[in-house]
Amino acid sequence: MAHASLWQRCLTPRATIPKTLTWSAGIGIWLVVIALWSLVTYSGLVRSIFLPTPTSVLSTAVSMIGDGSLWKDIWSSAQVVLYGFLLSSVVAIPLGILMGSFRLAQAFLDPLVNFMRYLPVTAFVPLFILWIGIGIEQRVTVIFFGIFFQQLVMIADISRGVSQDLINASYTLGAKRRDVVTHVLFPACLPGVIDMMRVTMGWAWTFVVVAELVAANSGLGYISLKAMRGFQVDVIFLSIGLIGLLGLVTDQFFRLLRKRLTSWAL
Amino acid sequence: MGALNDGEIMRGGIQPSMLHTGSRTCLDIRQIGLTFSSGQQSVTALEDISLQAAENEFAVIVGPSGCGKSSLLYLTAGLIEPTSGEIRVNDKRIDGPGADRGMVFQAYTLFPWLNVRDNVEYGLKRRRLPAAQRKEIVEYYLREVGLERFADAWPRQLSGGMMQRVAIARALANDPDILLMDEPFGALDSQTRLSMQQLLLNVWGHNSKTVLFVTHDIDEAILLADRIYVMSGRPGVISRTIEVHLPRPRTSEIVMEKHFLDIKREILGILHHDDT
Ligand SMILES: Nc1ncnc2c1ncn2[C@@H]1O[C@H](COP(=O)(O)OP(=O)(O)OP(=O)(O)O)[C@@H](O)[C@H]1O
Ligand SMILES: [Mg+2]
Repeated sequence: MAHASLWQRCLTPRATIPKTLTWSAGIGIWLVVIALWSLVTYSGLVRSIFLPTPTSVLSTAVSMIGDGSLWKDIWSSAQVVLYGFLLSSVVAIPLGILMGSFRLAQAFLDPLVNFMRYLPVTAFVPLFILWIGIGIEQRVTVIFFGIFFQQLVMIADISRGVSQDLINASYTLGAKRRDVVTHVLFPACLPGVIDMMRVTMGWAWTFVVVAELVAANSGLGYISLKAMRGFQVDVIFLSIGLIGLLGLVTDQFFRLLRKRLTSWAL
Repeated sequence: MGALNDGEIMRGGIQPSMLHTGSRTCLDIRQIGLTFSSGQQSVTALEDISLQAAENEFAVIVGPSGCGKSSLLYLTAGLIEPTSGEIRVNDKRIDGPGADRGMVFQAYTLFPWLNVRDNVEYGLKRRRLPAAQRKEIVEYYLREVGLERFADAWPRQLSGGMMQRVAIARALANDPDILLMDEPFGALDSQTRLSMQQLLLNVWGHNSKTVLFVTHDIDEAILLADRIYVMSGRPGVISRTIEVHLPRPRTSEIVMEKHFLDIKREILGILHHDDT
């Protein structure tokens, strides 16, 4: 298929396409979305009290950046996501690898983990408020509980998937049990762990809004809620758009990290 | 234990395997039995297996698929425990895996996150050798397997034959007492296989080493071996021991020689007899 025309390549499963086309298509989808959005708002098809025009969202953004309030709210949310995510990952990654590799660790943790991971974190929010109050600690706790048990299960699966052959090879080269953990299991899990972080980071962003809707005095979820009370639908849109954008940025970050740290795996 | 009759063996004049083999026993497998049991079911994989390999001898186990060849190597490597019997290497009873028994596996087992150089260096690092010494050893064995130009390559960039060459270098770099090889060329095409056999013979010629090599390819077994243990399966037992006195250095040409064909006929007879 190397000499097929561009059209044919676009229609061939898994055939590669030129970089410029990839970029154009990626921008294209947004042009379509913005065009449709403009169409239904500027034409008056949908009332601006429900759906703001692109320009009104943009001017809101400019004015909120101008008075500095937007940065404060972005940072407030990002901080919560970051702390909750890092805290969870730092505990879940080693514990998950342990769980996937040591039968006793699995036997001990599995019953609790499988119970906890089916409970919606939202059910705990009232409890957290009662226990921890409404400070940032409470929101970080929501993120932590929202992703921790999922992370644990995913990492345990990843480490269980490490080839026994690699472990055996390592032993025959003189590795001790400790070496197998640090020099086989950890590096072998790295690509999977980064992929897992990419996925759960997305979940962390969804939980931050839940946390802020209930108890916060800053953050993107919080300004959304406040805007609802004042019928400022443009602010709600801005907040949604920003969360999406931040998600996109962190996603790219993990993509890059994956490429940099695990170029050996492709 | 019936070998070829003496007249045939001696016709070549000298017994070249004696040039390589000291009289000291390196590997001593004594009445090994192995039963896998899971719940109600149990499979006897090996029954009363005894075999020896002298120091610097090239011993080959040949047998059909599923007869327990890999199990026997895993037992020797200490990766699994026998149900009965014991294995001694240089008179030390095997009790778990160790760097004194290097292994090249049936599957590709290079560490994908380490480049070729670091793969070969892996065991040396575990043994905490000084960096200068590690470098020297790694370079020597990469040259031995002809991969010095690929030192910085990732395993995924190598062909199957190259990966097994790295695996051989990695195992030898540790200077084990015995090298265990589990159908290392089984997944390769026949052309690559031939050149790998030659490479292995060369490397073994330069670096005296006791080898226990497993294969189901009879030609491969005769080409490489000083001594062949013919195994038959379910449960796995040693049906015959055959000494190969073809002169070394050997090339793939020997497949035409009468000795070679005699031994091949004998092994085929045993394996065929098993089938019926
Ligand atoms: N972990 C295990 N549990 C149960 N049975 C096993 C296990 N490992 C091997 N066996 C059985 O033991 C027998 C010998 O297996 P083994 O892998 O040693 O054979 P092999 O001679 O190496 O075969 P091949 O040439 O296909 O590699 C087989 O019948 C196999 O089904
Ligand atoms: Mg096998």
